[in-house]
Amino acid sequence: MRASSRVVQALILAVVVGLCVLLAVTTAGHLEQRGIRSGFDFLLEPAGFTLGESMLPVDAADSTLLAFVAGLLNTLRAALPGAALALGIGILAGFGRLADNPLVRGLASAYVNAFRNIPLLLQLLAWYFILTDLLPAADAAMHLAPGIFLSKSGLSVPWWGETGFEIPEPGGFGIDGGARLTPEYLTMLIGLALYSAAYIAETLRAAVLALPPGQRLAALALGMSPRRAFIDVLLPQAWRAALPPVTSQLLNLFKNASLAVAIGYPDLVSVAGTSLNQTGRAIECLVIVIAVYLLLSLVAAAISHRLEQRTLQGRPA
Amino acid sequence: MSRIHVLTIAAALATFTAPAHAGKTLDGIKSRGQLACGVSTGVIGFSAADSQGQWRGLDVDVCRAIAAAVLGDANKVRWVPLSSQQRFTALQSGEVDILSRNTTWSLTRDAALGLHFTAVTYYDGQGFLVSKKTRVTSAKQLKGAEICVQSGTTTEKNLSDYFRTQGIKVKPVVFDKFEASIKAFFSGRCQAYTTDASALAFIRAKEAPNPDDYVVLPEIISKEPLGPAVRRGDDEWFAIVKWTINALIEAEELGITQGKVDALKGSPDPSVQRFLGVGEDLGKSLGLDREWAARAVKAVGNYGEIFNRNVGADSPLKLPRGLNAQWNKGGILYSLPLR
Repeated sequence: MRASSRVVQALILAVVVGLCVLLAVTTAGHLEQRGIRSGFDFLLEPAGFTLGESMLPVDAADSTLLAFVAGLLNTLRAALPGAALALGIGILAGFGRLADNPLVRGLASAYVNAFRNIPLLLQLLAWYFILTDLLPAADAAMHLAPGIFLSKSGLSVPWWGETGFEIPEPGGFGIDGGARLTPEYLTMLIGLALYSAAYIAETLRAAVLALPPGQRLAALALGMSPRRAFIDVLLPQAWRAALPPVTSQLLNLFKNASLAVAIGYPDLVSVAGTSLNQTGRAIECLVIVIAVYLLLSLVAAAISHRLEQRTLQGRPA
Repeated sequence: MSRIHVLTIAAALATFTAPAHAGKTLDGIKSRGQLACGVSTGVIGFSAADSQGQWRGLDVDVCRAIAAAVLGDANKVRWVPLSSQQRFTALQSGEVDILSRNTTWSLTRDAALGLHFTAVTYYDGQGFLVSKKTRVTSAKQLKGAEICVQSGTTTEKNLSDYFRTQGIKVKPVVFDKFEASIKAFFSGRCQAYTTDASALAFIRAKEAPNPDDYVVLPEIISKEPLGPAVRRGDDEWFAIVKWTINALIEAEELGITQGKVDALKGSPDPSVQRFLGVGEDLGKSLGLDREWAARAVKAVGNYGEIFNRNVGADSPLKLPRGLNAQWNKGGILYSLPLR
């Protein structure tokens, strides 16, 4: 019985793999027949375009591959701090919804309902136009604190630049020197964090409410204050239940970062779009984006799975 | 993104299932009774739907002329609005018969994308729009500037080429959608906006809060010959599109206008006679009838009329003829001889 089921499984796998290979070979054949150049060789040719902002010093003469890497780093640069921020805000808002204080509870639920029920793309566009419409022009930047400027061109802060540690100062078309967080980056950070945090808040609230009411009552009967009962008894149990859906929200945040192209942030998808147009390699550029997202999501899922295992192991029998 | 996904997958599937059908484009159009024309999602003057949902523009009129030539009716066109990322895939996969979508003719595109450009319908070039407040009068003063640009065009490459030559660093801010890029520029996010000069004229005239606050810089940093493309592997269809466009240009040179097509059939000029199918039958070599060119001009007018109506003196854009004047009127528009 088991042997035969293995044979069936092996057959199914062989058919699936065979179909994939057939699809790839036939597509490549037809592309060639129609005079469409295909292949990944374009990755090693000069990109010919630059990124508006990048953690790598990429130039138009650098390879397309390097531009893709810079785009991926930009994605991570928005998604990773965004995830940390989302987790923090989500925990606060989740507890806020459980608070005894009606004002805190009302504010938290208003936030969760508003941000969960508006499409993320609209939120990103709204944040972007708030940042670029309402802030002063770059040549009239707000001087928030010594060396910190805020304007349509973004937030300039002191940082290491080409000439060592730099304090931003007005010059050129706006503010020169230091590090600048562009409105595109700030929008991604704020938009992604607030959107995902609303979901995380709901997950945490649900996890706490799902605990048997006896847990809280028992803790109170032992003389714990409501706060201690919440932190020492309810939270550790709720956290275990909440961990898988919360990590799945953080993964969603990473995938949602691909909306960056709508507001002009040079992420992986944006670089792929530009390369697609320069080279016409539509399938190839798409495959790269799919593969990168799939790979990183799988890695993140594996990490969160191990985390869950460890949390569950600590569970009392 | 989602639209790109769908189309690319559609292209992959189409290439997977459908055998190449060389020489069958015209048959397909005739049996469908419709020309599938890929246009932009909205570039005023070239291809844009008006308030009644009618497609208008120079690129649109080219498709209407071809529909008139091959189907006898300029209205038998199915308009397929395509983003700049979708356009080549849509043509390769056979979703459209012709891509008439302000697309630059370049070596890479002509040689590597499985398509053929047919003829140039508009000679354009890339320029810059800046706010007068910046006091910039030349692109060379844009050092350190942030420049808003729409993705999926040749624009980004030209931008980086030009400023590398000048030894100046600028920062592109690349948007997916035209509307978003324009909005960002006029809200003051960027110091300059770059795209083809024809579009800059439109953007300044129609999108700026106050056109007088903005100025188009004198530098034209690239050559952008725009023209329709067809799929490779169908030489018959390629010839029809190429020669219909040449006919529109030749009609202007010969003085054949939309209103005078019928009256000129009595003209003693042999070139005019040939054009209108009175004497020789030029249509036969193309697999069309003898009145194909006459029908095209009667439907949309000659090139000069198309130009003036959509982008020239009679349009809101008021673009000068410039390079797009006839070769004997100071331009470089030169129809191949119809004989």
